[in-house]
Amino acid sequence: MILDKINYTYSRDTAYERHALKDVSLKLEDGQFIGIIGHTGSGKSTLIQHLNGLMRADSGTIFFNGENIYDKEYDIRTLRAKVGLVFQYPEHQLFEATVFQDVCFGPKNQKLPKEEVEARAADALRAAGLPENLWQQSPFELSGGQKRRAAIAGVLAMRPQMLILDEPTAGLDPRGRDEIFEQVAGMHRDLHMTVVLVSHSMEDVANYVERLIVMNRGQVMLDGTPRHVFSYYKELEAVGLAAPQVTYLMHELRKAGLSVDVNATTKDEAKASILKALARP
Amino acid sequence: MLRDITIGQYYPADSVIHKLDPRVKLFATLLYVVSLFLFKNWAGFLLAALFLFGFIWLSRVPVSYMVKGLRTIVVILVITALFNLFLTPGETLVEFWIFRITREGIVSAVTMAVRLIFLILGTSVVTLTTTPNQLTDGLEKSLGPLNKIRIPVHEIAMMMSIALRFVPILVEETNKIMKAQIARGADFESGNIIKKAKNMIPLLVPLFISAFRRATDLAMAMEARCYHGGEGRTKMKPLKYKKRDGVAYLVVLVYLAGIILVRVLVK
Repeated sequence: MILDKINYTYSRDTAYERHALKDVSLKLEDGQFIGIIGHTGSGKSTLIQHLNGLMRADSGTIFFNGENIYDKEYDIRTLRAKVGLVFQYPEHQLFEATVFQDVCFGPKNQKLPKEEVEARAADALRAAGLPENLWQQSPFELSGGQKRRAAIAGVLAMRPQMLILDEPTAGLDPRGRDEIFEQVAGMHRDLHMTVVLVSHSMEDVANYVERLIVMNRGQVMLDGTPRHVFSYYKELEAVGLAAPQVTYLMHELRKAGLSVDVNATTKDEAKASILKALARP
Repeated sequence: MLRDITIGQYYPADSVIHKLDPRVKLFATLLYVVSLFLFKNWAGFLLAALFLFGFIWLSRVPVSYMVKGLRTIVVILVITALFNLFLTPGETLVEFWIFRITREGIVSAVTMAVRLIFLILGTSVVTLTTTPNQLTDGLEKSLGPLNKIRIPVHEIAMMMSIALRFVPILVEETNKIMKAQIARGADFESGNIIKKAKNMIPLLVPLFISAFRRATDLAMAMEARCYHGGEGRTKMKPLKYKKRDGVAYLVVLVYLAGIILVRVLVK
């Protein structure tokens, strides 16, 4: 998917006018695991709604699989099935009598035969890690984490090529958060999907993504591997974002005279680097 | 389509009208609304139009913003006009099949339409220039005397302010759920009326649930802060009349005099 100079302004020509996206150009490679990070109001939620055609850019073009999605002949509904978007607090979209029926909603809208719909729903629920004994329950009886899994399954059931998750762990406890992240990482690995993870916490995404895009005031500020992005930790602080605690620790250790790798992004990398530095005579 | 609901929304701007005491605005609105239904001739509507557009001009709210609010009542407007057009007895002008259009019908259809448009425009200027809090404060203060006959004025005012406050929240929520369901392939536009109504279920069920959730959350938060009704409650910004409010009352009185003159003089 290629974005070329996307611009979007909210409430144009009123007192509320806000330029949310300014000349955003990006290339999202197939199969990548991408993190989008930004402060509240940085334009990240606006950006992802452009990716599946829910919002239409004021200017600029988006190409998906080589086709311009703003073409008159382009069927935006197929795009929406190909690019699955899981909103913040997705459990707020649940409405059916049972979890299983709710997950069937997406594929049913794709006008697939009944067997195919049910097969896809079952696959999606399994991929989202929801135990089978809950499938026939009302979605409103589930726990917070289970509801979220059910809602994610609702999008997965359309078998998207690209899955976008907007703050998928907001409001979950640390264990629920880790479980969801592990599940998403697993989906990326097993289902070969392009996954875009939106978050405002570096800590969360650093462990999983292979590429980080940092948004600030509607523009792409940094774009690269987590290692590369975190090396700009001073600049990140200036815009109200923080690098993971590991980065700070490593910089402190380096200052204290230990020759560690300051670009370690995960706890394991840091541990290995510190052990190596200490082992050296 | 949902973004077009401007009723109960506030438009921030720095104008005389915005700064007026809400009690003046409420009084003016009441008088204006009553006057609309008293006028039976063009002179009256001219006077109302003068008053209305003066008000709009002073408020510095873009007219396009208010006209957008009108779009939501187009259906009601058309139905009212049609009923008046076909069902008013009098001198027949055109007749076909079972329909009969009379001279009186045309007059009352047009009058009714003008009245409704003026009504919506007038009341939306007030809500656009007054924050919900000011509005209910003003209402509570103006209706204060009713407390004596055991009408729970404070509670009514509180309910109103909560209801008004929730309009934009629920509109936003509706948009959000709509988007989430569209992302799952829902279709809210095509199909006939029955199909459309059926397609609304994925929108309405989550919306109701979220409205109830918000209501319990709010009630809990109010209780946690020891809310116990209006008795002995003080205000952070008590309403006080200023010079400009006096001037505004004078303008309103001139309008009242105008109404009386028009009613008495113009036949």
